[in-house]
Amino acid sequence: MTDFPLFPEQASSVAPLVDGLYLFLVVVTGAVSLLIWLVIFYFAIKYRRRPDNELAQEQEPPAILEMTWTVLPLLIFIGIFIAGSLVFFRMQAVPSNALEVYATGRQWMWKFQHPTGQREINELHVPVGRAVKITMASEDVIHSLWFPVFRVKADVLPNRYRTLWFEATKTGRFHIFCAEYCGTSHSGMIGSVIVMEPTDYQRWLAGGTEGSLASQGEKLFQKYACDTCHLDNGTGRGPVLAGAYGKTRPIEGGASVVIDDNYIRESILRPQAKIAAGFQPVMPTFQGQVSEEDLIRLMAYVKSLPAPQTAAAPPVESTPIPTPTTTNVVTTTNP
Amino acid sequence: MTSTTIDDAPHIEPSPSTQERRNYLNDEYGVLSWLLTKDHKRIAILYLFSVTIFFFVGGIFAFLMRLELLTPEGDMFTSDTYNKLFTLHGVVMIFFFLIPAIPAVMGNFILPIMLGAKDLAFPKINLASWYIYIIGGTFGIIVIITGGVDTGWTFYTPYSTQFSNTKVFATTLGAFITGFSSILTGLNFLVTIHRMRAPGLTWFRLPLFVWSMYATSVVIMLATPVLAITLVMLMVERVLHVGIFDPALGGDPVLYQHMFWFYSHPAVYIMILPGMAIISECVAAFTRKKVFGYKFVAFSSLAIAFLGFLVWAHHLFVAGISVYAALVFSFLTMLVAVPSAIKVFNWTATMYKASVSWNTPMLYVLGFIGLFTIGGVTGLFLGALGVDVHVHDSYFVVAHFHYIMVGGTIMAYMAGLHYWWPKITGRMYPEWWARLSALLVFVGFNLTFFPQFLVGYVGMPRRYHAYAPEFQVLNVLSTAGATVLAMGYLLPMVYFAWSLKFGRKAGSNPWGAVGLEWATTSPPPKENFHETPVVTWEAYDYPAFLKAMKETQHV
Amino acid sequence: MSDVTLHHGAEHAAEPHKHGHHHPFLQHHFEDLGQQHEASTLGMWFFVAQEILFFGGAFCAYFVYRAMYHDAWKLGSHHQDWKIGAANTIVLIGSSLTMALAVWGAQGARRKFTTLMLVLTLILGGIFVGVKGYEYSVHIHHGLFPGAQTYTNVESAPELTRGVELFMTFYFTMTGLHALHMVIGAGLLLWFIKRTWRGDFGPEYYGPVEIMGLYWHFVDIVWIFLFPLLYLV
Repeated sequence: MTDFPLFPEQASSVAPLVDGLYLFLVVVTGAVSLLIWLVIFYFAIKYRRRPDNELAQEQEPPAILEMTWTVLPLLIFIGIFIAGSLVFFRMQAVPSNALEVYATGRQWMWKFQHPTGQREINELHVPVGRAVKITMASEDVIHSLWFPVFRVKADVLPNRYRTLWFEATKTGRFHIFCAEYCGTSHSGMIGSVIVMEPTDYQRWLAGGTEGSLASQGEKLFQKYACDTCHLDNGTGRGPVLAGAYGKTRPIEGGASVVIDDNYIRESILRPQAKIAAGFQPVMPTFQGQVSEEDLIRLMAYVKSLPAPQTAAAPPVESTPIPTPTTTNVVTTTNP
Repeated sequence: MTSTTIDDAPHIEPSPSTQERRNYLNDEYGVLSWLLTKDHKRIAILYLFSVTIFFFVGGIFAFLMRLELLTPEGDMFTSDTYNKLFTLHGVVMIFFFLIPAIPAVMGNFILPIMLGAKDLAFPKINLASWYIYIIGGTFGIIVIITGGVDTGWTFYTPYSTQFSNTKVFATTLGAFITGFSSILTGLNFLVTIHRMRAPGLTWFRLPLFVWSMYATSVVIMLATPVLAITLVMLMVERVLHVGIFDPALGGDPVLYQHMFWFYSHPAVYIMILPGMAIISECVAAFTRKKVFGYKFVAFSSLAIAFLGFLVWAHHLFVAGISVYAALVFSFLTMLVAVPSAIKVFNWTATMYKASVSWNTPMLYVLGFIGLFTIGGVTGLFLGALGVDVHVHDSYFVVAHFHYIMVGGTIMAYMAGLHYWWPKITGRMYPEWWARLSALLVFVGFNLTFFPQFLVGYVGMPRRYHAYAPEFQVLNVLSTAGATVLAMGYLLPMVYFAWSLKFGRKAGSNPWGAVGLEWATTSPPPKENFHETPVVTWEAYDYPAFLKAMKETQHV
Repeated sequence: MSDVTLHHGAEHAAEPHKHGHHHPFLQHHFEDLGQQHEASTLGMWFFVAQEILFFGGAFCAYFVYRAMYHDAWKLGSHHQDWKIGAANTIVLIGSSLTMALAVWGAQGARRKFTTLMLVLTLILGGIFVGVKGYEYSVHIHHGLFPGAQTYTNVESAPELTRGVELFMTFYFTMTGLHALHMVIGAGLLLWFIKRTWRGDFGPEYYGPVEIMGLYWHFVDIVWIFLFPLLYLV
């Protein structure tokens, strides 16, 4: 009880920016607040009611005063908006070489899956000095994934993928908290992120034996008979999936769509929603048959498939840390 | 300017005959004369009793929470019970205390008198308002007694519709019903202000209290129905198990958040504008000076009301809205801070070369200005996107809104209660006990809530039953403060009750303030004025008002 | 929002100035009938504004889901019989006509005519609600009432079932709230029929009938928006 922090540790690349803005706000708003406090107490004392000033002397104040303290705060506030937005942009721009991790939130635990196949519950091992992107969804209600020392947070929604990213700058064990009330054990939905030196991280990764996420996804692809329609030679009843991730393709009805995480998920669960142009609406729905974690494995597999004409990326299974084949993961937004 | 001393004003010494004069309190006797009254003043008293009861119910829940939070483990209550405590604390405090209190108690009592009217435009609707409030509040009590609700006062879906097995339907029904009480009060105020001002009372001669209550009423009328329809849809989903807001059934939970906050953000202005209304009056009264920049203060009330409708999605910055939407709402949030800042500066400037009294209402005013400033500037932290990502849903937010709601609204409520107590009851409260309470409230409040800013930034999430051990020291400080704060709120109950029988009798204008309410007796007669007043003075024009009082011998 | 005149009644030169004779329906807190009339009318306009926001919220949610589930929305509206809806619309517009005539009648103290018009309004409103009840029963019979226990209709395109159920949720909620407003209006009409027959209204006091009309017309307008959005998509 003697060791209590009044300020959180900075453990990510973005934390100093957030703290910088925070401290700037503390100084500016603190100064203004202190000024107001001092002035009102000073006036209350200096102009206190005495028998010789029962009534105030009326002053006609200069109009410039009113304009000053309208315009000046407005300018300061706009400055705050700009500074806050710039930090926000840094938080939104996912670096292209980010390590991909998948997360599922459910009452009342966090499940993390590494692309190489390791699964963790309420713990997340990451390497220091490397950007990590977390793609996540909820299995039930709205949760929120918060890493206080990284200063990043995002709500985790059911039936929709969200992403957040961070680059840890310090090794150690730090808090993970659920930050959106989700029921009985909301305050128990906590965990730890363990940031390791790269070599330690490699060693930890090598302990996994289940095969990469993508190879698990390949097994599911066969199990659910996806491969009977989605042929690679273009003659199948379903469109070619190899190399499709990240591309923009036309759909029935004239519009086109970016083939991203959410589109793949939607196509598995509600296949009639956006049908690839030129194809018949014959794909059955897998709603209720495929779990959240299986969806993540299938997605990882589809993402890993190279385009049939080029041999761009090496097969996923041979490297401990797979080279991501995509650059743009679009975060689907709400209307 | 001549320094007219207050001695020139006609002193209405409370003579025995004056006190035995019929007023609204002794006009009629009997329970039915109260329960079936159409007199806005009696209805205000009915509300005063009801909101006070709910305030202490909500306060007890808060205190129990703070006791639990003395230790990091959740060892006093089960998680389910704790979750019900914070939900009910929010539901009771917001829907049954903060939203109605100042409008339904002070607005009801003082507004018609300030306008020189005999009553509000629709007295029967006013009484209906109270009964509707009681019915809604009864649902709340029933929920508390029969097991409670644990969704948070925000009822986020799909937890509230598909997962919670507590009394969600009954709670939302209670809130829905109480909304009508609010709407009808707002309606009454708007029509009264438009159509029932006394002769000579032009818009820019109105007390600033009226301007702020007008702005509040506009917000009530336009925002509350959106909550109503949102709750209806929530109830439909809960009962029929359809998927309006449940993604598993095709709905969108973020749509719920948009609709909910479209009301609930303006709702916070429903809660603070009436507080600002009181502060404007008290600043003028206890500095004996016209509020600096009257027109700016008046228009800033309207600006707050308007801009308040444009910022709701700043509650959804991390909920999944697009970056563009986040930018727009962050920018608008910065704008809405400006008119509030103007008010703070103008109130401060009013004190310059004024005649500042240190009576209890003024102490609460000083507290309000200081604490509302802190609450307001921490809103800037939350509006800045880069910081909000970190502090959203943490104790930083909890501290921010308590600075505004408690350090702001409740301080203003106490100021108004003390300011108008002599008018309402004909008695003065005991000044030194009241000052002690104000001090306890101020110290207790800061000790309770300032540590919460710190513990929030360090990383403590809100709505947490148990927490990480390193947060304990700040939590212990917070609970200690809550104990002091509780004493500060309990003491007035004692001395206000005491004053009803033993308090010094008050004359018409014990403060020497400007306003039509001070031109009639304390307590006022049932019809407020014996003859319709004619207003010839500008707002807060002390010399002119005092002269008019002398000339017309207003009693 | 003009400057307050010293005597509100002065604006209403047409009204006979009552000295010493207190109109039986003048409420004591008003200076005169003119002020009372203006206050009541303004009150009803504010109330209508608030109702617009109430239905507006539902319309907003409707449009959000319409964008998300375009095909299901089309299918859902095909489940409605637009001919019945159109006929009902005519009935409701007719009731607005009779209501307007009732206001005119009240202004002229035409007691019997006004009563007749109010009764017709009530009857037409009743027909509307009755027809809606019939439509509801048809939907329930076809398994279209939303809810886990009650929705049994599977569409020709099964993947649209969820979306159509959502459409039907909006259909029942919005038309149900509308019908509730009509029922409240019907209750008020009964009271007004009684007052009119009693001879309460005339040239100097017809305000209540006017604001009743205002309410009724508003409920009518809500339907004018509901009908195309739910039947004609």
